[in-house]
Amino acid sequence: MPDHQILTVSDLHLGKSDRIARRSGTLLPPYETRETLARLEDLIDRLAPAQVICLGDSFDDLDASQSLAEGDRLLLLRLQSGRDWIWIEGNHDPGPVDLGGRHLNELTLGAITFRHIAQLDTTSEVSGHYHPKCSLPRGGTRPAFLIDKARIILPAFGAYTGGLRANHPTLRNLMADDATAVLTGHKALPVPLKAIA
Amino acid sequence: MVALPPLFQDWFAKRGWSIHPHQQDMLDRASDPALLLIAPTGGGKTLSGFLPSLIELMDGTHTGLHTLYVSPLKALAADIKRNLRTPVDEMQLPIRIEDRTGDTSYTQKRKQRADPPHILLTTPESLALLTSYEDAPRIFKGLQRVIIDEIHALEESKRGDQLMLALSRIQALAPGLRRVGLSATVEDPKAIAHSLASHPDPCDILHADPGPDPDIDMLITNEPPPWAGGGAAYAIPAVLEEVKKHQTTLIFHNTRAQAEIFFHNLWLANDDDLPIGIHHGALSREQREGVESAMVRGDLSAIVCTGSLDLGIDWGDVDLVIQIGAPKNVKRLVQRIGRANHRYNAPSKALMVPANRFEVVECVAALQAVKDHDLDGDPKGAGPRDVLCQHILIRACAGPFTADDLYREVTSVGAYSNLSRAAFDDCLDFCATGGYALRAYDKWKRLLERDGMWQLRDPRASRNIRMNIGTIQDTDTLKVKYKNTFKSLGEIEEGFAATLTPGDTFLIGGKIVRYDGLREMTVQVTKDAAKKPKIATFMGTKFATSTQLQARILRKLQQDTWPELPDHTAEWLDLQRKFSKMPEADRVLVESFAHDTRPHTVFYGFAGRNAMQTLGLLLTQRMEEFGHGPLGFVATDYATMVWSVDPVTDPAPLFDVTGLRDGFEHWLSGNAVMKKTFRGSANIAGLIERNSPQARKSGRQATFSSDILYDTLTKYDPDHLLLKITKEEALRGLVDFGRIEEMLTRTKGRVDHIKLGRVSPLAAPLMLEVGRIAVHGEGRETLMEREAEKLMELSGLNKIDAQPAKPNWRVGW
Repeated sequence: MPDHQILTVSDLHLGKSDRIARRSGTLLPPYETRETLARLEDLIDRLAPAQVICLGDSFDDLDASQSLAEGDRLLLLRLQSGRDWIWIEGNHDPGPVDLGGRHLNELTLGAITFRHIAQLDTTSEVSGHYHPKCSLPRGGTRPAFLIDKARIILPAFGAYTGGLRANHPTLRNLMADDATAVLTGHKALPVPLKAIA
Repeated sequence: MVALPPLFQDWFAKRGWSIHPHQQDMLDRASDPALLLIAPTGGGKTLSGFLPSLIELMDGTHTGLHTLYVSPLKALAADIKRNLRTPVDEMQLPIRIEDRTGDTSYTQKRKQRADPPHILLTTPESLALLTSYEDAPRIFKGLQRVIIDEIHALEESKRGDQLMLALSRIQALAPGLRRVGLSATVEDPKAIAHSLASHPDPCDILHADPGPDPDIDMLITNEPPPWAGGGAAYAIPAVLEEVKKHQTTLIFHNTRAQAEIFFHNLWLANDDDLPIGIHHGALSREQREGVESAMVRGDLSAIVCTGSLDLGIDWGDVDLVIQIGAPKNVKRLVQRIGRANHRYNAPSKALMVPANRFEVVECVAALQAVKDHDLDGDPKGAGPRDVLCQHILIRACAGPFTADDLYREVTSVGAYSNLSRAAFDDCLDFCATGGYALRAYDKWKRLLERDGMWQLRDPRASRNIRMNIGTIQDTDTLKVKYKNTFKSLGEIEEGFAATLTPGDTFLIGGKIVRYDGLREMTVQVTKDAAKKPKIATFMGTKFATSTQLQARILRKLQQDTWPELPDHTAEWLDLQRKFSKMPEADRVLVESFAHDTRPHTVFYGFAGRNAMQTLGLLLTQRMEEFGHGPLGFVATDYATMVWSVDPVTDPAPLFDVTGLRDGFEHWLSGNAVMKKTFRGSANIAGLIERNSPQARKSGRQATFSSDILYDTLTKYDPDHLLLKITKEEALRGLVDFGRIEEMLTRTKGRVDHIKLGRVSPLAAPLMLEVGRIAVHGEGRETLMEREAEKLMELSGLNKIDAQPAKPNWRVGW
């Protein structure tokens, strides 16, 4: 949406290593928040959006939103300054976060609705949640956008995030037959969803 | 000399036996703190280990655990339990013997902890688990002896390090513990003795009579072996003839896939319906046990097998061992030959079957090495620190400890005797906080120090730690089952399963099955009547030819004539000498020629499969820098062949040591082998848990890959302990840069470049070699783009106007 200058990202899962350490005692490299925010910073610096919409699961849980390292918190504040920042609620972060920006259940702009989990009966919607990924013959598996006339499902933006194969029945059910998967990477690669085995 | 008690003398007499000299030696030296016996298979090796225990236990006054027996295989523990029953029952000794392995029931295990038997037979993993319980001090209190069987096999892997760490703990609980190691013939017994003893205790080495030299030869067939490949299908009629002539034959293969294919072809040719079975590590336990018991009953004429039958289980009357494919390593060959003919003082009989023309040379070189008693092996490095990290966590499960005590215990292990305090503290810090430069986990430490005692922050964590004990890193495998049954056929690698589409057929356990789909992490299959399967590519281990054997091969190639080689092979080598040049040990031979209009370059490095693979990756990287446009390569034990857009005109600069080493450092950090090694070490050290109660419940694997963790650490914490461990591991393991260094040292930049009009005789087999590797980078991107375009074209989607606009910015990761 060029007129609106909106940047939309989904499933940042900030603070994931913190939550895992708290819950299971496994001590993963605690750098995923820094890595995710660095990617976001890079995008924001290049695109200078007026509005940033985070489509939910921005934090791995609500505790994680409160235990961000000071450096990460400051970077986030810098990214937020001068633009409208919207936190859409996700299943991992179903409540307000104490970090600036607006907190919404979902957002409708013109005809388009931004929400965390895709709904079946919509006509124009942008969502996240499923972390779609897909692979091509002779290539690796990559996060992918799923796009049809009614909706876009975004891949996860966070560093420590797995994915759901784009040909999983749940995703095939949501997407139309002529949907396209756009693989991320060096260069965005569009592929017909139904051609993916 | 310690005399046998009368009861034992009578029992020996009744059986018509007299005590072997080495059994007497072991008895005389029973009070030594550590003792290593080198003995061939058979010859009463196990009894010589147990004899002192049986005598010490005969009066029935000892309560609790007296002797621990540790073997690398569960099956071996069960086998020994059976064999030990004979003397104990016949002499009516008041001795309780039990085994404890992964197969032991939960109730039985609980009982054993409350009331340990006199003799406990177990594996390194089960023993490590036993030391993790809070009641470990009570279990091990009265322990007198530990017998480690097949210690040479444990010594080759991290399982040996884990075992010795566990013993250091047990030694602290039972200070009078005496250690006995039983080993097959090895090249360096002193190294094993150093591992066995509690440092700095002495450990003497006893040698049993090695028996007569084996009767070993190469199988002569009417048909010459093929130019390439590893299946040795050409030899099947000759192998069947040998099977017919002998009572029981073991047919060893180097990989599981080869064993499966050979077994399948053997059955197709088995017109006499000889009873032949298959045995390898990827088959289900029921299947393996079925074959094992048929073997013990003497129902089978032959067993097609892999390394899973390498160890000293007594399978009855094996009178012939056949090795299919070059043995790669003389020591392993000798140990395999030892499987034939367990009767003492009778020679073992063995035949080698080269799978291709080059392996004929290798087999003949190995034959001479066996005759010269020239065994090979690489010196073992210092104790791996990922295993130490796991040991620290296991120690924490058992209760609070001080760092000083644990450091003292750990450095009593031979392999860790040179471990510095700083290196130990790094491991402890890794276990406690993750050891990150960013101190993020002060609130959620795994281990806490309270009043000088280290302990688990959350005692419930011990459950997860116990579930993840062990150092065996199987590639991720999936169970294979018939549709709608619970019976498991075996396992295949996840990577292989991912390449299957419904309708594909593959071999498992000698049967051809059709892939139907994946359900809850099991591969569902149905029987298929097809004759030709899609080949099973589950791998097992691929060994590289040892440095010593490789040197023998190079010497052999330098001979003027080859009277000891079959004509077909001698003529082939002659042709190479006339047409091109023979490779030499102190120079690198490089051949260039065009094949199918594409420039090919062959580098004869003779550094073993893993190193030649690494060399392929490095050389193609250098060729990219020089603008030759490398497209792919293939590597064998002796050569690497690269094909490229432009020909290589001057190969010498490619071998520039500094260039190669810089390229290596750069290449190493982003390399798939490093990621694979990292995953193994991260599992062992407890960073990633393969098993958790939640995962077991849901059957779900980790939600994201360890590759992401590797990339993140490399970027943000390059000096992290696990990255150091990963590099150490990779250098001596799959990457094998040490062998490239060895090659560079012996050739010192002397490169002979031969330009040819067509493929040379020695290079011809490389044309047929499987396992070609495409060079990554820009090439792959182009391939993927073309693939995507093709799919859009095919579907007609690219002609629809409403196609969504391509994003006009790129996401940079």
